[in-house]
Amino acid sequence: MTNVDVREIVEPPKADPPMLEIRDVTKMFGSVISLSDISTTVQAGQVTCVLGDNGAGKSTLIKILAGVHQPDGGQLLVDGRPARFSTPRDALDAGIATVYQDLAIVPLMAIWRNFFLGSEPTKGWGPFKRFDAGLAKKVTRKEMGDMGIDIRDPDQPVGTLSGGERQSVAIARAVHFGARLLILDEPTSALGVKQAGVVLKYIVQARDRGLGVIFITHNPHHAYPVGDRFLLLKRGRSLGDFAKSEISLAELTRLMAGGAELEALAHELERGTGDVGEVGRELLQDTETLS
Amino acid sequence: MTAATARVDERVAHVGALRRLLLRPELGALVGVLVIFTFFAAQSDVFRSWAGAANWLDVSSALGLMAVPVALLMIGGHFDLSAGVQTATAGLATGIMTTYWGLQLYASWVVSLALMLTIGFINGFLVTRTGLPSFIITLGMFLGLQGLNLGVTKQVTNQVQVSNIDLVPGYHALNNILASTVTIGGAKFPIAIIWWIGFTALGSWVLLKTRFGNWIFATGGDPNASKNVGVRTGRTTIGLFMMVSFMAWFVGNTQFIRFTSIQAQSGIGQELYYIAAAVIGGCLLTGGFGSVIGASLGALIFGMTEVGIVNVGWNSDWFKLFVGVMLLLAVLANQFTRRLAEQSRR
Repeated sequence: MTNVDVREIVEPPKADPPMLEIRDVTKMFGSVISLSDISTTVQAGQVTCVLGDNGAGKSTLIKILAGVHQPDGGQLLVDGRPARFSTPRDALDAGIATVYQDLAIVPLMAIWRNFFLGSEPTKGWGPFKRFDAGLAKKVTRKEMGDMGIDIRDPDQPVGTLSGGERQSVAIARAVHFGARLLILDEPTSALGVKQAGVVLKYIVQARDRGLGVIFITHNPHHAYPVGDRFLLLKRGRSLGDFAKSEISLAELTRLMAGGAELEALAHELERGTGDVGEVGRELLQDTETLS
Repeated sequence: MTAATARVDERVAHVGALRRLLLRPELGALVGVLVIFTFFAAQSDVFRSWAGAANWLDVSSALGLMAVPVALLMIGGHFDLSAGVQTATAGLATGIMTTYWGLQLYASWVVSLALMLTIGFINGFLVTRTGLPSFIITLGMFLGLQGLNLGVTKQVTNQVQVSNIDLVPGYHALNNILASTVTIGGAKFPIAIIWWIGFTALGSWVLLKTRFGNWIFATGGDPNASKNVGVRTGRTTIGLFMMVSFMAWFVGNTQFIRFTSIQAQSGIGQELYYIAAAVIGGCLLTGGFGSVIGASLGALIFGMTEVGIVNVGWNSDWFKLFVGVMLLLAVLANQFTRRLAEQSRR
């Protein structure tokens, strides 16, 4: 197999066009406008966060970038050149790898078996061709090490890893197989506070290695510390595409939550008794400190 | 790199050798083999003699040969309820073609193989295409072949068996390959035992050391995830069903050559023993985990018990009770193992 050698990441000069530019992308499903005129950019070595609640169009956007869906309007530009992804393979060939929420890993299998699943390096010939386990283990350990994870034992089933570490296996695998641009679909949503922090660290690490990252989330507290650029979606429309210098965490949260709506909800909950009232009061405090 | 490796290896030791051992799928079966051997060997001279060993290894091998592909299939996430009946189909096909239709022995042997591989392909193709549980698809194949075996045999021979394969030219050469014996310690060990060991080694090699083996684990463990990373799960499944049919061909013909006759109804019910051997050997019913060596050890447990019960002079009616208890214990042990394997170390 190819791709087993260690890739070199060359830092592009500053004036280069963005690694990926999304220009006025629109997607319709029948009469439903799923995405309307969405634009943003992703630079090498930067993290672009896509924020939005359920139904905002985040998944549709990912699927367009991953080549699952084709946009009905607008353009994708890779390194400044228009690109069209008819299949997921096209996107992968352009170096765009998507790590979905289910991670596409098999919990009962060892880490190194998962890492190379579907692209196993082989040695030997003819009927004696076999899975090069030694190489697979070595590369797995190295790639995971580059992500800052010292794996105890590549023979460990992935199921015994924590949620964050599993995420890292999927990310390291995408990087190893040639991804320049990583799309992470809600990598922190199913994780506890600590694990989410670990995943954020991996995102930063990937960024520092010169990869472009698109980080999909509904949590501004996860997005803000790692993001360089923020695209906010709501019901298929863009609420804005901001550089970090243009927006604060408080504003981001307000925009995400829909400001006034959240306040109304907080008041409503506060009137309740017991736990519900408690939640409402906290929420109200939050919105007040934010606005 | 070497420094890092050394450090990591150091930590592996801390994780616990016991836990690692417990996670081996074949551990339960190995313990079972040792316990049962000790138990019967302590009570019976015959059991621990060379002749006794030849006897229980012989019984184990018939089961064990089939347990190899059945275990692989189970790790790949499927069952084949038609596996037992297929052994009869393979033998009957060779028998009818040679003794009734006058086809040359080796030619019928090859035609029989082609027929069996087709049956395996149909099983696998239907399972992958329809997405129905393999339980149902192969139950259909099981019933269908049972009828076909009996129907065709009666139609052609007016009997419910095919015999006289030993009168066909070329029989002796084939007999030497499949059904001769090797004398060790004054006892005659059927050569099928060597085939069994060979196929177990081959099966285990394929499972653990090849790309196809990796795909077997993946297809059984999580077919969707596997498909997403480019594993050809459909081909893997079809290949596994064809492997079961290949072995049914091998075993069916071996038995036929050895006993020179075959009943139209033979093989029925054997599929459950193959599955039981695979489960005792540590294969998960849900797929994704298991061992070929374990399955062969499971078959060895069956063989030793079946012969051992007779050797110590018990009523052999008790054999099935034993098998049932053994199976339940194995499933419980497996469930425990799996929980351990999937457990998160947060």
